[in-house]
Amino acid sequence: MESVFGLVGKGFALVVADSSAVHSILVHKSNEDKIMILDSHKLMGASGEAGDRAQFTEYIQKNVALYQFRNGIPLTTPAAANFTRGELATALRKNPYMVNIILAGYDKETGPSLYFIDYIATLHKVDKAAFGYGSYFSLAMMDRHYRNDMSVEEAIDLIDKCIMEIRSRLVVAPPNFVIKIVDKDGAREYAWRESIKDASIPAA
Amino acid sequence: MMKIDFSGLESAVLRSCPNSELFDGISTTPSFQIPSTTDFDGFQKEAIQMVKPAKGTTTLAFIFKEGVMVAADSRASMGGYISSQSVKKIIEINPYMLGTMAGGAADCQFWHRNLGIKCRLHELANKRRISVTGASKLLANILYSYRGMGLSVGTMIAGWDEKGPGLYYVDSEGGRLKGTRFSVGSGSPYAYGVLDNGYRYDMSVEEAAELARRAIYHATFRDGASGGVASVYYVGPEGWKKLSGDDVGELHYMYYPVEPTAVEQEMTEVSVA
Repeated sequence: MESVFGLVGKGFALVVADSSAVHSILVHKSNEDKIMILDSHKLMGASGEAGDRAQFTEYIQKNVALYQFRNGIPLTTPAAANFTRGELATALRKNPYMVNIILAGYDKETGPSLYFIDYIATLHKVDKAAFGYGSYFSLAMMDRHYRNDMSVEEAIDLIDKCIMEIRSRLVVAPPNFVIKIVDKDGAREYAWRESIKDASIPAA
Repeated sequence: MMKIDFSGLESAVLRSCPNSELFDGISTTPSFQIPSTTDFDGFQKEAIQMVKPAKGTTTLAFIFKEGVMVAADSRASMGGYISSQSVKKIIEINPYMLGTMAGGAADCQFWHRNLGIKCRLHELANKRRISVTGASKLLANILYSYRGMGLSVGTMIAGWDEKGPGLYYVDSEGGRLKGTRFSVGSGSPYAYGVLDNGYRYDMSVEEAAELARRAIYHATFRDGASGGVASVYYVGPEGWKKLSGDDVGELHYMYYPVEPTAVEQEMTEVSVA
């Protein structure tokens, strides 16, 4: 079942998400990217109801872009986190979005940062966070092995430990994961960890 | 002196009436009709289910070298009752795009027709055909706006646009997935079993059509709510084309020819003697 987690290292932040699109007992897709690149230096990993996840993250992405167009400067990561939280909080008493978010970003002045935002609009600035069934394993793993001065290699090593633990201990473990990174050079895909590869294709 | 007519002000709601018979059924006063039940919410839920056939279904679609193959069964059921064996579950949105139908038949038909209108308007406004991506998003956004209001749609939008073949899965929970291989409906696990096993990207149209038909057949064999005819459509650069529509009963005899077994032979001998 869904697993989204992330951590802050020395000069970068990582977000990891499983890539399964599940409906009851069926896995419709095992390469669904659940980490949206919000703007050049922000990542938004989201878990929750499929429709809400896609709609909400896209809504935030477009509004962050709109802010940049209007004001000529991008939102800082804390500003984007507070905006996201605000939108979730206003929706909460009307038609809540069932989405949990891990927002990672890199700002010139403050460096990398990571925000934990859940569907009831809780906002926390943290250096490691996790959602979903995988969180039980990845949180413990990160509590044990995390340091705030980790290099990219060390952090990836820790993330691989988390993924291996989820795959081996969680009954409903998702097969594939995507890892994205944000640092001074921007937000981008870092790697995939796939144990099931789709038979296809030269992308159409 | 004129008397003012107050009749228009009188309440149309059922007033306390000495005739108790009026209470068992529907009141004779000009109010709207109310079903005679104590569990109103339960009645409404049941009533909604009554008008939602095509619950049990098998539909599939996949992208391969030559385009997209789309296939479906044709059974509609309302609970245990098979209400039709000849439903068109593959809906022709326009000459280049198909939609499949699983879930509520009315919801699927209505919103696919609605999507067809929107796609045509896009074509007139922009002088080019809408992309499969765009069309599926139009539908997903509509369905998302009605989420939680009881719509039941599980559909695949398959077509050919400027970028080549396209395939999306869209449902009434607001989900929208881009993919190369989908199956929707109660028979989908069976269909996936056959499909995943026989799928190759570089199949010919004939191979792909055979795979699609077989997947539907095997799903109808195991899933009681799927049956009728297995129709297969192909969408290529020239638009969609219906390739086949075979009664799954006939397919059964084709895939599993009946051969007389030893036991049957013995039994006939015994009965003769």
